[in-house]
Amino acid sequence: MDATGIGLWGVPLAILGGAIRVSTPFIFVSLGEAITERSGRINLGLEGTLVFGAMTAYAVAVMTGSPWLGLIAAAIAGLCFGLFHGWICKFRGVNDIAIGIALMLFGSGLAFFFGKPFIQPSAPDLPAIPLGAWSDIPQVQAALDVNVLFLIGAALAVFLWWAFRNTRAGLIVRVVGDSSDAARAMGLNPDTVRLIATGVGGALAGIGGAYLSLYYPGSWTEGISSGQGLMAVALVIFARWNPLGCFAAALLFGGAGALGPALQSVGVTQGYYLFYAAPYILTLIIMIATSSPSRSLAGAPGELSITK
Amino acid sequence: MTDRFMLSRRQLLKTSAAGAALGLASVSFPITRAFAAATTVGFIYVGPKDDYGYNQAHAEGAAALKGMEGISIVEEENVPETVDVQKTMESMINLDGASLIFPTSFGYFDPHMLAMCAKFPDVQFRHCGGMWNKDKHPMNAGSYFGYIGMGQYLNGVVAGHTSKTKKLGFIAAKPIPQVLLNINSFLLGARSVDPTITCQVIFTGEWSLAVKEAEATNALVDQGIDVVTCHVDSPKVVVETAAGRGAFVCGYHANQSPLAPEKYLTGAEWNWAKVYKMFVDDLVAGTPLPNFTRGGLADGFVKMSPLGPAVSEPARKQFDATLAEMTKGGFSVIKGPLKSNKGAVVASEGQAFTETAIELESMDYLVEGVVGSTA
Repeated sequence: MDATGIGLWGVPLAILGGAIRVSTPFIFVSLGEAITERSGRINLGLEGTLVFGAMTAYAVAVMTGSPWLGLIAAAIAGLCFGLFHGWICKFRGVNDIAIGIALMLFGSGLAFFFGKPFIQPSAPDLPAIPLGAWSDIPQVQAALDVNVLFLIGAALAVFLWWAFRNTRAGLIVRVVGDSSDAARAMGLNPDTVRLIATGVGGALAGIGGAYLSLYYPGSWTEGISSGQGLMAVALVIFARWNPLGCFAAALLFGGAGALGPALQSVGVTQGYYLFYAAPYILTLIIMIATSSPSRSLAGAPGELSITK
Repeated sequence: MTDRFMLSRRQLLKTSAAGAALGLASVSFPITRAFAAATTVGFIYVGPKDDYGYNQAHAEGAAALKGMEGISIVEEENVPETVDVQKTMESMINLDGASLIFPTSFGYFDPHMLAMCAKFPDVQFRHCGGMWNKDKHPMNAGSYFGYIGMGQYLNGVVAGHTSKTKKLGFIAAKPIPQVLLNINSFLLGARSVDPTITCQVIFTGEWSLAVKEAEATNALVDQGIDVVTCHVDSPKVVVETAAGRGAFVCGYHANQSPLAPEKYLTGAEWNWAKVYKMFVDDLVAGTPLPNFTRGGLADGFVKMSPLGPAVSEPARKQFDATLAEMTKGGFSVIKGPLKSNKGAVVASEGQAFTETAIELESMDYLVEGVVGSTA
């Protein structure tokens, strides 16, 4: 290979770079969903929240010139969506999955409606930290341009993992998720806990959306999410409701997503549809290998409507 | 507990009466409007009409009709290629009084547009693509399309002059004949400058996948590719990502130069305004509309973006000369001797296919110099 390209080294580098670039929205949405599901509710609406967060962040960044204000606005918008889901699900007979699907469509539709005037203008991007500055190879520098949100997401995953075990708030969320009756006996109100957990989950999904529109790919278009919010919800089950698992699964999906384009760029061009399906095949294999008909999923919160 | 959510019968009657009144109000408004304008033309887009891409190109064409005397247009965007588009067409005809409809997306044709053709024989339908066949389809239907491969050839000429690494990149959605012709034309344009140039192609598998398009652009730039173009519905992400990494870009569908003023070389754009005006002129004059319409650069169906600041003088000269030659007509991009990148002969010595050649519409190969595979 000549000096301008990096040849086959491009593949591992692209997977690394892709894992860092593509995984961040997965990390935030799946951590948010992990909190919500640990409290005993499923919020499928996070796809809509992600799209709405992306639109809000972009719009606010265009209008104010500050990507950070956009980020905050996206988190607040996500919080509102989460709180709405949490509030409506406390009524008897309301199915959280159905409400989630409704909110997913509502969030995307509302984002398309308000996002119309913001497709054309350009917004300022969130800054990246050049962790690759030690290298003089431009490809390595580009792969290691790490956005602050990725680092925050990584720290958040560790913090949540620790907090679920060691803090009072973490234990409250878990007991509500495992048994409403036990929680009530302790004097806790499950609805309030779930309301807060869904709200926080929504806010994190909103931040994930801000990353999409303000950093990578870095523009607001209506197809920006292409189902990433839904995939992140599935990742939570894949990760067995463990925040560290969510982080690892998000990295895996990000890296696997970069595999197809990277292989084609070095000339491995046959069967690219199969490479694109790699992350899903991997998920299927792990799910089948770890499932059992005789017991429910390990780590599943007892109050979750899909495992009850 | 639950009866808080039960509607009383009185409430139900009240709400439905209000809903009916609202419905009547919205129906009566377009009818009056339909009488005010002599002719209403409907446009249906599959995505947002300001996407810097396919839909924007059509919407710019529709906008060109707005100044015409006695013509009013109705538009609807984000219409999926499902039964939804039939509903949109019905409402454009029944409520807005449209007498000519342009469903612009590929998947609208069969069965949706054909069903409407049968239901409304007095309304004219023209579909963007090449699917109309006079043996199979009704006479109030038709297709129109442009030969944009020539535009990609010109993109290639400029890219060939601009590239320092002699490696170009192409991000494509799906390996269908029209896309393959664009890829081949882009490379052959570049090889008219320097026959050692290669073009790396990456297929994303879908018309609109923002993250994958960004990843593909990054992967190409990582391989030392310094000029990128694409064939996806919205080139916005590709243009911004490539320019962000310091590569040059050639546009497609519409003019993307505002997204990367320094790095944008030129672009192959549709000029649907010309086509739509032609149809509407016929409609107003009362002459039958053509059922099968095609054209290229010479006919004004396709145009090029203005050359960007990074285009060198020799590139500009060859661009102008090639464009002039194409405008005369009879220019062939695919001409022998030419091999596919698998070694098969696709055009023998002396054989040449002009843009109208029917053989090009079943293209299933990538020419020598393109790194990539159609499956």
